Amino acid sequence: MAAQGAIASHNGLRKALPWLAPAYLWLTVAIFLPLSAMVFFSFMTDLPLSGKPWAFTLGNYAAFFSQSLYLTLLLASLRLGLEVTLWCIIIGYPAAYVLAKVLKGRSREAIFLLVILPFWSNGLVRIFSWAMVLREGGILDTALNAVLPFKINIDLMYSYPAVIIGLVHSYVPYMVLTCYLTLQAIDDSLIEAGRSLGASRLQVLKRVIIPLSMPGLVAGAALIFVPVVGSFMEPRILGGRTGTFYGTVIEDQFVAVFNWPLGAALSFILLAVVLVILAVASPVLKRAN
Amino acid sequence: MRMPDLTALLTATAVFTSALAFAAQAAEEVHVLNWKGYGADEPWAVANFEKATGFKVVNDFFNSEQEMLTKIRTNPGLYDVVMINAAFNDQAMAEKLIQPIDISKLPNYADISKDKAGSPMLDHDGKVYGVPWVWGLTALAINEKSFDKPPTSIAEMWNPAHKGRVIIRDDAVEAVQFGAIATGQNINDIKDMDAVKTKLTSLMPQIKTFWSSENDWNQMVASNQIDIGTYWSGSADRAKTHFKLPVSLVIPQEGAVAWLDAFSIPVGSKNVAGAEAFINYMIDPKFYVEWVTKVGAPVSANTKAVEALPEDAFNRKVMGDPAVAKRIQFQAPITDAQREAYLALWQQLKVDVK
Repeated sequence: MAAQGAIASHNGLRKALPWLAPAYLWLTVAIFLPLSAMVFFSFMTDLPLSGKPWAFTLGNYAAFFSQSLYLTLLLASLRLGLEVTLWCIIIGYPAAYVLAKVLKGRSREAIFLLVILPFWSNGLVRIFSWAMVLREGGILDTALNAVLPFKINIDLMYSYPAVIIGLVHSYVPYMVLTCYLTLQAIDDSLIEAGRSLGASRLQVLKRVIIPLSMPGLVAGAALIFVPVVGSFMEPRILGGRTGTFYGTVIEDQFVAVFNWPLGAALSFILLAVVLVILAVASPVLKRAN
Repeated sequence: MRMPDLTALLTATAVFTSALAFAAQAAEEVHVLNWKGYGADEPWAVANFEKATGFKVVNDFFNSEQEMLTKIRTNPGLYDVVMINAAFNDQAMAEKLIQPIDISKLPNYADISKDKAGSPMLDHDGKVYGVPWVWGLTALAINEKSFDKPPTSIAEMWNPAHKGRVIIRDDAVEAVQFGAIATGQNINDIKDMDAVKTKLTSLMPQIKTFWSSENDWNQMVASNQIDIGTYWSGSADRAKTHFKLPVSLVIPQEGAVAWLDAFSIPVGSKNVAGAEAFINYMIDPKFYVEWVTKVGAPVSANTKAVEALPEDAFNRKVMGDPAVAKRIQFQAPITDAQREAYLALWQQLKVDVK
């Protein structure tokens, strides 16, 4: 209470409180409470609402370590997260640079709109559109065979690359937006100064532009990596028989076998692993800044 | 101070009247819990039933048997009719979730085939806890474009000619029981689990993807991406009659998994009379024929209902064939431990194939 009083007496915070209250109230009701309930469930033998007797247990967490398949899947999901993030950087960063530094006026607005456009459609619709494009005899296969003089067989559907393509498409706008904001804030005169002092274009990129836009890159990478590691919809629809990941196993526990306690425990292990990764990565990234 | 008083009064009145309205309605409403799109929620059927009896049908749905059990456990008194797979009836009765049904109130019950009506999965201590509704098979279905003549053996799934063009359902119990049939075992008493695992492991590279809904299966055939796969008999019928797809069901010589769906009345139902009327309507030949013709359906447990179908109807000609009856195996109850073991095996198979 004393600490609270001390903080509240801080003039700036007291003024800010009415403006902060709705957001914090919302976060408490919509995120903190359900999440706490999930933590509680993860230590139970059975759901209290199932009407069966239940007790506290660590068994759900032990299940993760007793079977190698959960660890295998977690590693596969982390690899998926890294690959998707990398592709988003490769595709998103140059696009953001062109938007921020090359294009001006009308054309910038038009391209910007095209980048944002995927956000306006439902995720499931996007994934099913990819299914139509990627399958054998699908749009990509037919189009390429109509143009190319030789016959090729494109059947990317139900494979690991299909999952990567679908996820990169869904998440690349995050990278473009975060990088665009930091790139736009870079003063053009810094770049010009570098050039006039004899730095090559590559040196300017390496020594000026990338370091200054690092916060955007890091924010984009974190925004993409975390949800991709837990993704289940894209792998399930696009991955076919190779589409089993950590997220799909969690979904099975909730939907197929109604084992919420195990599903919750697996989710919190994922959360812990992701937090550890971000914690380990942050000093490295700060130094890069 | 007047405003809050008025608001409080209004609120209290509103709560009170809605409570009264709820109590008055509850007697006339029949709350039904079933899979979505599974007969009981067909708009024409609901309209016919409401017109004939004056009861109002309120449908609610579940996505898995576990969810269904949880819904009736946590909402005592809410549901009047619940559709329970016969393999789960035992568990529901043991937990005192469902009550005995007075079959004298169901005129159509007399026409239910004797082997289904007397099923030990539904009748306990001489009391009826489930009224058999429809039954069907989890068998194979083929894309007619890929076959000159339909295969007869389950081994066709392993034929290298179909590599990458095979589909099975993403369901642990179904996959394991399918493996049991492929290895010549009893689905309800699998002695050699290693053989099942080996057999399924060799199937995995053949598989294109896993299906989870009828729509998945039908789309794969419509875009000619698969040759053969596991499918439900009622769904294969719907794919052919309703969606005009080149799909036909194959009941392999090795056998197939059969399931029986039944209606029960939960303990605490507020409208038992309405529930009885609804169940009686669901097993009525008139409803069944309309369901089969308009939508496509599994096989009715009511013999008169099946006889009301045309001679050459799939559900009468093929499913009614005594030779078929000999080689199918009905699913018996599965314990939670078995279910978890099956899921672990299935997940392992899916990880190994990555």
